[in-house]
Amino acid sequence: MVRFLKRSYIYLLFVFLYMPIAVLMVYSFNDSRSRGTWGGFTLKWYGSLFRDRTIMSSLYSTLIIGVSAALIATVIGTMAAIGIHNSRGFLKKLIMNITYIPVLNPKIVTAISLMILFVFARVRLGYLTLLLAHITFNIPYVILSVLPKLRQLNKHLYEAALDLGSTPAQALWKVIIPEIMPGIITGMLLAFTLSIDDFVVSFFTTGSGVSTLSITIFSMARQGINPKINALSTIMFVFVLALLIIVNVRQARDEKKERNGKIGAKKQVSPYALEFGDS
Amino acid sequence: MVQKSKLVLMLLSLVIVSFVLSGCNKDKQMLYVYNWGDYVDESILEDFEKETGIKLVYDTFATNEDMYVKIKSGGSSYDVIFPSDYMLTRMREEGMLEKIDLSQIPNVKHIDERLMSADYDPNNEYSLPYMWGTLGILYNTTMVDEEEVQSWDILWDPKYKKEILMLDSQRDSIGAALLRLGYPLNTLDPKELAEAGELLKAQKPLVLAYVVDEGKDKMVAGEAALALTWSGEAMYAIDESDDLAYSIPREGTNLWYDVMAIPKGAKNMDAALKFMDFLNRPDIALRNAEYTGYATPNLAALAMLPEEVREDRSAYPQDEDLVNAEVFVNLGKTLKDYDRIWTEVKAH
Amino acid sequence: MRRQSMMPYLAWMLLFIIVPLLLVVYYAFTIPSETGNVWSLENFTRFFEPIYLKVLWRSVYLAVLSTMICLLLGYPAAMIMVGNAFTRKSALMLLFVVPMWMNFLLRTYAWLTLLERNGFINVLLSALRLPRLNILYTNSAVILGMVYNFLPFMVLPIYSVLSKIDKDVIEAAGDLGANSLKVFMKVVFPLSLPGVVSGITMVFMPALTTFVISRLLGGGQFTLVGNLIEQQFLVVGDWGFGSAISVIMILLILLSMAIMSFFEGEESEVAPW
Repeated sequence: MVRFLKRSYIYLLFVFLYMPIAVLMVYSFNDSRSRGTWGGFTLKWYGSLFRDRTIMSSLYSTLIIGVSAALIATVIGTMAAIGIHNSRGFLKKLIMNITYIPVLNPKIVTAISLMILFVFARVRLGYLTLLLAHITFNIPYVILSVLPKLRQLNKHLYEAALDLGSTPAQALWKVIIPEIMPGIITGMLLAFTLSIDDFVVSFFTTGSGVSTLSITIFSMARQGINPKINALSTIMFVFVLALLIIVNVRQARDEKKERNGKIGAKKQVSPYALEFGDS
Repeated sequence: MVQKSKLVLMLLSLVIVSFVLSGCNKDKQMLYVYNWGDYVDESILEDFEKETGIKLVYDTFATNEDMYVKIKSGGSSYDVIFPSDYMLTRMREEGMLEKIDLSQIPNVKHIDERLMSADYDPNNEYSLPYMWGTLGILYNTTMVDEEEVQSWDILWDPKYKKEILMLDSQRDSIGAALLRLGYPLNTLDPKELAEAGELLKAQKPLVLAYVVDEGKDKMVAGEAALALTWSGEAMYAIDESDDLAYSIPREGTNLWYDVMAIPKGAKNMDAALKFMDFLNRPDIALRNAEYTGYATPNLAALAMLPEEVREDRSAYPQDEDLVNAEVFVNLGKTLKDYDRIWTEVKAH
Repeated sequence: MRRQSMMPYLAWMLLFIIVPLLLVVYYAFTIPSETGNVWSLENFTRFFEPIYLKVLWRSVYLAVLSTMICLLLGYPAAMIMVGNAFTRKSALMLLFVVPMWMNFLLRTYAWLTLLERNGFINVLLSALRLPRLNILYTNSAVILGMVYNFLPFMVLPIYSVLSKIDKDVIEAAGDLGANSLKVFMKVVFPLSLPGVVSGITMVFMPALTTFVISRLLGGGQFTLVGNLIEQQFLVVGDWGFGSAISVIMILLILLSMAIMSFFEGEESEVAPW
């Protein structure tokens, strides 16, 4: 009985979490524009979604910015993590504290501070400023994903590589990087998703007609209910679900490998669970 | 590990491909347009691109103030903007606009002479009229008594608690309060403005929401009984629903003109002029007027409109409908008070 | 492994984090005048006018309320999921995370469709002959939006702390004669406190500074601190006042983090401040 109650509680929460999305998905096939009535099944909103140039071009911008910001942030962040891992004392503490600023600062403060910077420096708001802003809030998450992997690393691995005659660069590329690769990949994916989900920072740092998907959805939502958004939601949900399943299957496999391989390797809490919100 | 590097490679190539693709556009001429939300028939934009080969980058704003702040702060650059009368004066006086060479716009001959060289731009150097209209009340005839809508008082009637949509636009909402109080729309008197502010704060419990673009959708869906709105928005909504009607209350209204202008520092002057000319081509102006529901200043387009539209005095008010109408003017320093009052009303 | 490898990062952080924050502070403490910007505290004194304090109070109130609702809903959920009511726990957690992956704006927008006067919920209610619910553009809608968006941030940290609690400790407490309520109050809850604290932080902070939820679900009439900042930068163009509010927000966040870390008790790996 208690078990039944417990289960029902969780199921109710799932209803709460999924109902809005499910309703949007159902409405995306509704022929009638009005929300109260069912006008029959249609795919026409999907058609008009793909013909909508504003949505399509913002989807394109979102992907470009997301991928480039994730890649650049991954490179800078990984290098930074290696550096941080090897520094000590006050310096390390200081850098870590600065790293936490974008994580802890309200998004809107990060957003307006970057906007002030760009306007102050007379940089034209657009692709470039969006990219710079996204890299800025992505880097800390990359660092925070890579650092635990560096901590797990055997300290003597690098020296062993050097002893065996490799140059420092070789040791880094052939030994260290492959070892921390899972952290790097996690950081990159995390950066990519944060980028795609971001609204507040993009909203303030873009201009000149460049808009991301979030911004377009915001301005469409301000024009009232639009079935095209429902269609978009459905597609995004299916896409996200597929992506998540793939990532999780991979992760489960990695963990299994790790468990078999290294004894006592600290299990990393997936950063996926940590920060998805926006404000 | 092989798979991971594959993933990285895949992403990398995606980026490179996309940059190459976006690079293709670089040779094309670009024209940056900044207009109100849902204020043009979008197929017109595509036609313009097809005919001229110029790529349009189209961006929208919700109110004059949003647009002004964005241009003033300097981060963006646009080639064509669509301010209203008073905002045009402000931008003109602050030196934010380029002069327009009318000789490059042959279709200017179709524009109603009476709308040229208006007070907001006496020598017609900086602007071309785009649309004009009034401020009034869109109402649902099944929920509201038609007699009552003839006065601005109805927006303060407790009977319609949570049935009223106000405009999230400072001059329009403060304007409605001023009209109800019987004060001039362009008052500089701090006492009158403060009174209008208090009136809006007192109205807040009755207001369902402060909206701009979603107003018409809400009204069509029957979500509210009354909405402070502009004539064209009302026409658009009335087209979608038989229950809706538009009224210009008897105390008076704001007669407004939205214009096209070129901000200082525009990168593509030629294309901007071409775009303005294109929008004034009679067939294009006709399509645009039909889509947006606003009154067109283009006489050739007007002549082609169906008679019932031309004769519709909500959309095309006659002179006797406009005896109490005032046009907004730039208020200079008093704008600070508007900002403050509006911030306070919203924060209340 | 060289330390220089963090040079690009240091330069980046200096340029894009430190300098912008300094600019915010600069604008907060200056006002424009005929002769350029002059130092002034005017922006701050303005914020302490009653009308803006009311905005602050409203934001704190809504954020606290939605944080508490998240805690009340989330803690039992996390406990149940740690317990033995379900077998496939990772799948369960995945289900909790999936909605978070939808675009944040789409999630908020979805409630617009649901809550409208003629929207899904009311259609459903009237079909069931139940009284209709008109909460769109009210406090309740804003709180609902916050709870919906931030609930998983409460559940996940609590879940991860609870799942690490040694089962033997709980059994030992039971063996020593504590009833289950006592076990919870004296053992489980104190041990889960770090999770609760980080959950509260992760819900409270974004709820306090949001401007999207209040804009979309509050119908533009619920000005929260986030809306006030946004308005100053995008509608009014008063950077000074907007920056001053931002500075106050940063101070508030720092203050609440200090309070939180006091409660957290155990030293976290990297002390953020």
